[in-house]
Amino acid sequence: MALPEKQPVTKKFIDPVAVKKSISQRLVVNNVTKVIFLVGLFFGLVVLGILLYGVIRDGASWLSLEFLQNAPSRRAERAGIYPALMGSIYLMLLIIPMIFIIGVGAAIYLEEYAKKSRMTSFIEVNISNLAGVPSIVFGLLGLTFFVRNMGFGSTLIAGALTLALMSLPVVIVSSQEAIRAVPQAMRHASLALGASKWQTTFKVVLPASLPGVITGIILAVSRAIGETAPLIMVGAAIFIARAPEGIFSEFTALPIQIYNWTSRPQADFQGLAAAGIIILMVILLTMNSIAIWIRNRFSKRY
Amino acid sequence: MNSTPNKSVRELIQQNRQQKFSMKNVMERIMPIVLFLCAFVSVVTTIGIIITLVIETEHFFEVVPFKEFFGSTSWYPLNSQPEYGIWPLVVGTLEITVIAMLVAVPIGLTSAIYLSEYASDRARRILKPILEVLAGVPTIVFGFFALTFVTPLLVKLIPGIQIYNALSPGIVVGIMIIPMIASISEDAMSSVPKKIRDGALALGSTRLEVALKVVVPAALSGIIASIVLGMSRAIGETMIVTIAGGSNPTAAVDPLEPVQTMTAYIVQVALGDAGFGTVEYYSIYAVGTLLFVFTLLMNLLANWITRRFREEY
Repeated sequence: MALPEKQPVTKKFIDPVAVKKSISQRLVVNNVTKVIFLVGLFFGLVVLGILLYGVIRDGASWLSLEFLQNAPSRRAERAGIYPALMGSIYLMLLIIPMIFIIGVGAAIYLEEYAKKSRMTSFIEVNISNLAGVPSIVFGLLGLTFFVRNMGFGSTLIAGALTLALMSLPVVIVSSQEAIRAVPQAMRHASLALGASKWQTTFKVVLPASLPGVITGIILAVSRAIGETAPLIMVGAAIFIARAPEGIFSEFTALPIQIYNWTSRPQADFQGLAAAGIIILMVILLTMNSIAIWIRNRFSKRY
Repeated sequence: MNSTPNKSVRELIQQNRQQKFSMKNVMERIMPIVLFLCAFVSVVTTIGIIITLVIETEHFFEVVPFKEFFGSTSWYPLNSQPEYGIWPLVVGTLEITVIAMLVAVPIGLTSAIYLSEYASDRARRILKPILEVLAGVPTIVFGFFALTFVTPLLVKLIPGIQIYNALSPGIVVGIMIIPMIASISEDAMSSVPKKIRDGALALGSTRLEVALKVVVPAALSGIIASIVLGMSRAIGETMIVTIAGGSNPTAAVDPLEPVQTMTAYIVQVALGDAGFGTVEYYSIYAVGTLLFVFTLLMNLLANWITRRFREEY
């Protein structure tokens, strides 16, 4: 039995010429806009490039060992950044333990202990709103509360506490994410072996989430170190010749010193400002690289 | 424990339970409270901010009438007869915000669309971290950039522009916000399921049509939230405007003239020698309160938009 012969399709539902014309026009539009979108994306990258180039061009010639060792001076050629650099390092050392203990504690509470209640969701909403409060408002809080009410004056500790409060929301949120990424099975295994809730949290969950937590803290600290406005509000000194001697001594910090040089009209001081920015950016980029390295090196995928 | 090697597990658990004051059991009770207190620090911070602003603002309104603050259009705190009308600072802030959004929204969104719809995985892995570096640049550096690069460029291009003007810091604030808008919008677009894209492509859409007619509408809540958050950042931005904007509170809108924003005024007073307890000192809290209310409203709006209009797949 012969198979029935295939009938050739005679009726065309689609006009290939019209389709081709329509699709080729739409493809042209598609390709043109693709280029436009790419240009939009590259705008940001180009600006970043120009910014870095401009800063290095203006500042590189001012960089020297003396620049790192000298105090600021009215004469540009003798001016250095030592007190500001030390101030920023002290701030960092003070902020890290504060935000580590309180931030991670809060994150553990919210992820491991808190029951779904009004209080819990209030705290969560509160943290996300606090993250959006402008830094200068934290400066106003620091000025009233730490500088005046607690009587610290314009000291290192007042600046550090202000910056720590400002960074906390970011640290809490990133720590929460790191803790949430620890699989439930590990908690169950620990509890099944007879460990208590706190033992499980402290010896299983926390170590497992530590790379993520530390990454979040480094990023938050690098944010805080670059902040200018809150420190201006708590009265960080614009001109100070010595590095801070203790937590209750007056201080200045890199962004404050950079602002001071930027606001002077002479070109030499603009160069100094650019040199200060290079130092600040090197510190920040180093911290960010360490954070990314920790994330890639130590974080486990479950 | 060594003296009773033959105890069963059940007995050991029983024994453990009975040691109410052992280190372990004490920790078990204390730690939740300690951790709760850590979480409560954030609530205390918010309360602290509100109390601070309210009390100090009250001192301000003991001297300056409410009507003058919201009714007058001149802000001359340093005059012999000081006038405290907030409008010039509000207008300055909005002017900067509008200019910033004109820069940040188109560039941020096109970047987001490219990253989410066109870029290969490899390109995205390289480009996104670079945008994150841009997001990590301190505002003081952007301020320096505005004053030493953007302003001289604008002076060359636009005749009659002042050295301190609203345009330069406005543009740079916009540049600062690009990564924020780009990354939040990109997250929203990336969370649109691949199935929907494939469906549209199978029907013969081009990439552009998929992006604009399918992905963007589906991710609209996230995109709008990113814009609102960006505006909130622009309103609260301080150093760029302080450095490049000048200090001329004026209610007239002219991007070529100097401006003063709410934040820049606060910094100006903080750097000046206004003594504690003067009207000028308290005025920064009044301005700060208004700033806090503005940004809080924007953040609440962004939260509400994401929750109310989120498309669930």
